Amino acid sequence: MNILSAFVVVLLVMLVAVFLIPGEKKNAIRWTMAAGSMVILGLAGYLVWDFLAQREAGATDKFLFADSTVWYEGVINISYSVGVDGVSVAMIMLSAIVVITGVFASWAVEDKAKEYFLWFIMLSIGVFGFFISVDLFTMFLFYEVALIPMYLLIGVWGSGDKEYAAMKLTLMLMGGSAFLMVGIFGIYYFSAEDSGALTFNLEEIAANAAMPIEWQRRFFPLTFVGFGVLGAMFPFHTWSPDGHASAPTAVSMLHAGVLMKLGGYGCFRVAMTLMPEACKEQAWIFIVLTGISVVYGAFSACVQNDLKYINAYSSVSHCGLVLFALLMMNQTAMTGAILQMLSHGLMTALFFALIGMIYGQTHTRDIRYLGGLMQVMPFLCVCYVIAGMASLGLPGLSGFVAEMTIFVGSFAHEDLFHRVLVIGGCTSIVITAVYILRVVGKILFGPLYKIEKVGDQYNYVSEHHGEVHHYPLRDAIWYEKIATIGLIVSIAIIGLYPVWISDMISESLEAVAAMLN
Amino acid sequence: METITNLSPIILALPFLMFLFLGLCGNKLFKSNPNIAGWIGTAGLSVVAIVSYYIAIQYFWVEGKGADAYQQFVLFNHEWLKMTDNLVISIGFMLDPISAMMLVVISTVSLMVHIYSLGYMHGEEGFQRYYAVLSLFTFAMMGLVVATNIFQMYIFWELVGVSSFLLISFYFIKPSAVAAAKKAFIVTRFADMFFLIGILILSYYTNTFDFLKLTAVSDGHATLVNTKMCGEMFMGLSVTSIAMFLIFLGGAGKSAMFPFHIWLPDAMEGPTPASALIHAATMVVAGVFLVARMFPVYFFEAHDVLTIIGYIGAFTSLFAAIIACTQTDIKRVLAFSTISQIAYMFVALAVSGYTSEHEACLGYTASMWHLFTHAMFKACLFLGAGCIIHAVHSNEMNAMGNLRKFMPIAHITFLVSCLAIAGIPPFSGFFSKDEILVAAFEHDKVLYACQAFVAGLTAFYMFRLYFRIFWYSENPAHAHHTPHEAPMNMNIPLIVLSVFTCFTWLDKVFPFFPEKITADRVGYELETNWIIAIASILVAVVGIAIAWVLYLKKNDKPDMIAGKLKCLYISASHRFYIDEIYLFITRKIIFGGICVAIAWFDRHIIDGFMNLLAWISRELSYDIRDVQSGNLQQYAWGFLVGVLAIAMFAINY
Repeated sequence: MNILSAFVVVLLVMLVAVFLIPGEKKNAIRWTMAAGSMVILGLAGYLVWDFLAQREAGATDKFLFADSTVWYEGVINISYSVGVDGVSVAMIMLSAIVVITGVFASWAVEDKAKEYFLWFIMLSIGVFGFFISVDLFTMFLFYEVALIPMYLLIGVWGSGDKEYAAMKLTLMLMGGSAFLMVGIFGIYYFSAEDSGALTFNLEEIAANAAMPIEWQRRFFPLTFVGFGVLGAMFPFHTWSPDGHASAPTAVSMLHAGVLMKLGGYGCFRVAMTLMPEACKEQAWIFIVLTGISVVYGAFSACVQNDLKYINAYSSVSHCGLVLFALLMMNQTAMTGAILQMLSHGLMTALFFALIGMIYGQTHTRDIRYLGGLMQVMPFLCVCYVIAGMASLGLPGLSGFVAEMTIFVGSFAHEDLFHRVLVIGGCTSIVITAVYILRVVGKILFGPLYKIEKVGDQYNYVSEHHGEVHHYPLRDAIWYEKIATIGLIVSIAIIGLYPVWISDMISESLEAVAAMLN
Repeated sequence: METITNLSPIILALPFLMFLFLGLCGNKLFKSNPNIAGWIGTAGLSVVAIVSYYIAIQYFWVEGKGADAYQQFVLFNHEWLKMTDNLVISIGFMLDPISAMMLVVISTVSLMVHIYSLGYMHGEEGFQRYYAVLSLFTFAMMGLVVATNIFQMYIFWELVGVSSFLLISFYFIKPSAVAAAKKAFIVTRFADMFFLIGILILSYYTNTFDFLKLTAVSDGHATLVNTKMCGEMFMGLSVTSIAMFLIFLGGAGKSAMFPFHIWLPDAMEGPTPASALIHAATMVVAGVFLVARMFPVYFFEAHDVLTIIGYIGAFTSLFAAIIACTQTDIKRVLAFSTISQIAYMFVALAVSGYTSEHEACLGYTASMWHLFTHAMFKACLFLGAGCIIHAVHSNEMNAMGNLRKFMPIAHITFLVSCLAIAGIPPFSGFFSKDEILVAAFEHDKVLYACQAFVAGLTAFYMFRLYFRIFWYSENPAHAHHTPHEAPMNMNIPLIVLSVFTCFTWLDKVFPFFPEKITADRVGYELETNWIIAIASILVAVVGIAIAWVLYLKKNDKPDMIAGKLKCLYISASHRFYIDEIYLFITRKIIFGGICVAIAWFDRHIIDGFMNLLAWISRELSYDIRDVQSGNLQQYAWGFLVGVLAIAMFAINY
């Protein structure tokens, strides 16, 4: 079997296995999940290794491990085609890491655990399927598979105003998919010269390059915005703060860590690669919009009080940088964009994991009511500081590598206006420092606030409608440690020794960058 | 050569490994006896220091000297991140006179601080963490000075920033320490942004990060002129000047030049030995080092920027010296003194020439010389201040007085360092400062006058500090709680550092800087300018004399003078309200204005529009819903209206 299909197959096996285990055997379900995601991680590791080895050995195909099976032929030509290049390999690795850490971060889910994990697997199937596909139709199919479970995961297992948030998120993303579907069918319709057979295959469409410019002009914005909604592009980002705030921990992790990457990846893989002429013409509009996202998200994050809102707005800023760099359309900037996806995925997953772990104990995420946690839960707090440092771009962690590649690459643009925008984008490194340190200074450092010490035990004292609650606080438990350490190690590996991964990605972008220039 | 090439990785690797080791397992392994962590840190650093000394000695006296000039060696250079074929970030090790000198400065001060902290930080919560961060800092600072390319420097630049943050916030339960750490990080980060933009512009035009290529000089020009940077203008300014000015701003942030100086006094919230290492001797001179590293570019291609640097430096040194005269917290006095002295180094660079002929690059030499001597005596002053604070449990001058009786070693070393910083021969500060004044005199009389005046002020406020601590009046509090001499592991570093300030005048030591550390790396013989030397000694003596009159014994003269100069005194003691201006801009305008407005706009306008769409579609659905009511009469009515409408339509057309 093709290694790429194996990802989906393993997940399907997990789905069946979890389905068959009775709901009350929660530990069995958890360990099945852990074992399955270990296999996925192993597969992803092997994929990276094999991919690099094949490239080393001189494999020159655009997509390696390619495989194709016809699903339906005739009126409409659909096939299940898979294949990966450096970009998708990086994304698959990211997804595998976030999925396994997400499983450990969900260890404490007690309520309807079985159903929760079933939807969790569905979501993962969508994500992996999306990244391995090279057929537009299958890609879109998996895209929808990834989106729908989100509604239930937030609506059922979420917190706060969860029904509203779930509905809002789903409707906005579905709205995006509607645009997208029109775009994809447009691409399909113009996928071959007059006499040729129409195709959904990305490689063939790109090779045919048959879409006339006036149609590209119509379908490019549709496709780009369609994916851009998921990539939290201004002004279509407002689902993100509400959605993240209400989502349960692991869902926030997966959503911000991986699902938002589907947006950036789609913009690049579908919109930009298949409609390069229109992209060149209209890029400036989206560069301005994403440039706004970068600064606007960062400024908004500075005054939020809910930890999840802060990170959601921070994601708007960081994901804005992804699209911003992609649209600069040179190899370095695009490499930076992919690195940023990777880095943002890991560190946001870490952030949301930690916030979930803190929230699970204090039952509040409002930074006005928290203080001095470093004395109470040193492990989690040190991890939070590391996540913060990664987010504000400290060298040695992944954020720096990504951001610097983006800035250097984008600044190589020959147009002065673009370079001035890059300088504007650079301000985000300061604003990021402001909102990260605001949180670190307020909730982690400083004296204990609303926390009392009884013997060796710390309790969080919260007053709610005149009732006083005492929530016992503790440091991380083993499964929480696995989740956080796993993410931190990944962040540090990319941060300390980036050259291999940046080369792997950069190599795959060479052809695209040449075409766009 | 091979030996030093093989040894050089130790300087970076050992502190980094020590950081990882102490940071990851220090707390677990040495729970019962944290001191072991300190000893491990110190032992590791001793190795680093020995290697650094060895490399420096080998470089200066054996390997370094080429035909006429000192050579620049790249000992190793590993590709770290490849952006384009030309723009590659490497992590490497460049050995040249200034980096070799910095290796000595950093390892010496760092080792002294490591030893000192064994006593000073004894029994503190987080002892292991402290040593871990010290190692991180040493690693970062070493990486910064040996950088082979400007991006490597930026990487380590950020790392020293974060270690500074971690050390200032060492007492993280204290809100003032947290606030100070945040302030330091954000202010320097703001300056770093300019540095980054400067790098971007520079690399865009020159297509390289490499220092050797950027600073190469041929035929009296920096070879930058051969790139497309030459003659490029933006809004009427030369692009080179813009880029170099932005890069200087990054340096100004780290080196606390006006208007970025506000973080340094607050940074004194950290443990005193850390202040000595980071905020007095090493990290804060990174900006000076950066300008020195890029000096050929500044001198040949952006001389206008160099002039601006000179004036910013002169202003800062005056400004900080005036404030230092009014502060009562001894660490703050030292902090402002540091700002003022670093500004001296910038002035020295600004008035320097490039070649060694006719002592033209005296300013450059003097700047590096002052960097060296300042690091030693200022670290000694800080560590001495640490002993004093340890003894009286307060930073305030009012808690001190007559301490010479209780702490003779601290007293003598403090006095030696004060004499050095005041510029009294034969102590080291005299020589380095004197050369700066000579260079300034020959280049720009205004700068000279300003710096000479600041020299007098320096002598005054340092001896104000000295007299207030060690003389002045008996403090009644000491009757109950007698201050005592610090333990030996704290006193030894004081003695070692003060020894460094005492023997500069020796024939063997004195010619070191002019011979070895020059802008074109050639070397020259220094002739003393006695007129200026005597003038600057006189100025210093006058400053000391005034301090003597005012502060030797408790009297009412200082208050009287403060009363006379009320306006100046009050604004200087409030640091000229610069902090308040910053607070107003950040709190009121950026936070209260921009951020709140954007957040509101996002929630109400952008999101409001989405909610409006949802609301419209819901209302429309409610309206349309009535059409399908299941009510037969309604359907019949609709049917009738429809038929009539179609009939009318058919008849009319």
